[in-house]
Amino acid sequence: MNALVVVPTTTWYLLLSALLFTIGTIGVLVRRNPLVLFMCIELMLNAVNLSFVALGRRLADINGQTIVFFVLVVAAAEVVVGLGIIVSIMRRRNGVTVDDLAELKG
Amino acid sequence: MELFVFVCASIMVIVGAIGVVVRKHPVHAALSLVLTLFGIAVLFVAQEAEFLAAVQVIVYAGAIVVLFLFVIMLLGVDRVEELRTEPIAGQRWIASLIGVAMLGLLVAAIATGTDAVIGRGDGIASNIAGDNSDANIAQLANSVFSDYVLAFELTSVLLVVAVVGTVLLARKRKGQRVVAP
Repeated sequence: MNALVVVPTTTWYLLLSALLFTIGTIGVLVRRNPLVLFMCIELMLNAVNLSFVALGRRLADINGQTIVFFVLVVAAAEVVVGLGIIVSIMRRRNGVTVDDLAELKG
Repeated sequence: MELFVFVCASIMVIVGAIGVVVRKHPVHAALSLVLTLFGIAVLFVAQEAEFLAAVQVIVYAGAIVVLFLFVIMLLGVDRVEELRTEPIAGQRWIASLIGVAMLGLLVAAIATGTDAVIGRGDGIASNIAGDNSDANIAQLANSVFSDYVLAFELTSVLLVVAVVGTVLLARKRKGQRVVAP
């Protein structure tokens, strides 16, 4: 391969992951719809997964991918429980934003 | 070639992520999320994590986003969220400031550890003898089913608990007043 060809290194992937995580954080701070908040949390989880895979490749260690596997499972469980809570809250009230949910009482 | 893949996938990821944050309509946000997830899957393939890329597309783009869309339509909350007014004065600015500060911290951390992560490694497949195409799945299975078999079993318990808990949460109780959307 030509030495002049630029190849993306692990640092690039980590920077992309940091940018994605930051966008997710800003989304969580700014948006008020609980469903969109969950999507922003998914963005942050994906950023972490990306950095795990990048570092796993860099260190030639498969465990970086193993933990991503477990993160995927836990993220699925978290979304299921969170959406169940949202459904059960929205049944009782109409047009909920997170500001209306300051107390967890039904 | 790898640079081309990285740049294209990065653009997908970032555009999708910004779409999730700025689109007013929750359905549009969910579809932007799909774009981001596909971009991440492409990056996984570029980093020799083929199995995880497949799982990413099936579980995230296939199951989780569909679940989001189901809930959006079930609740009829597909109204446009008012993004013009800020609920708290100066919330956007503070949020952007916190975001930039956190990005700075993360970049500083990466720059500090750059000696450890410089280069791109030889890849995981180089760890095992032979160059078969199943190397990634074989290694991952070895790790999950030997070193982390307890954690693997616990995730199955977690999934059962999550499913049962959600059914209990979301069912209608007898005599409960239901607000029509």
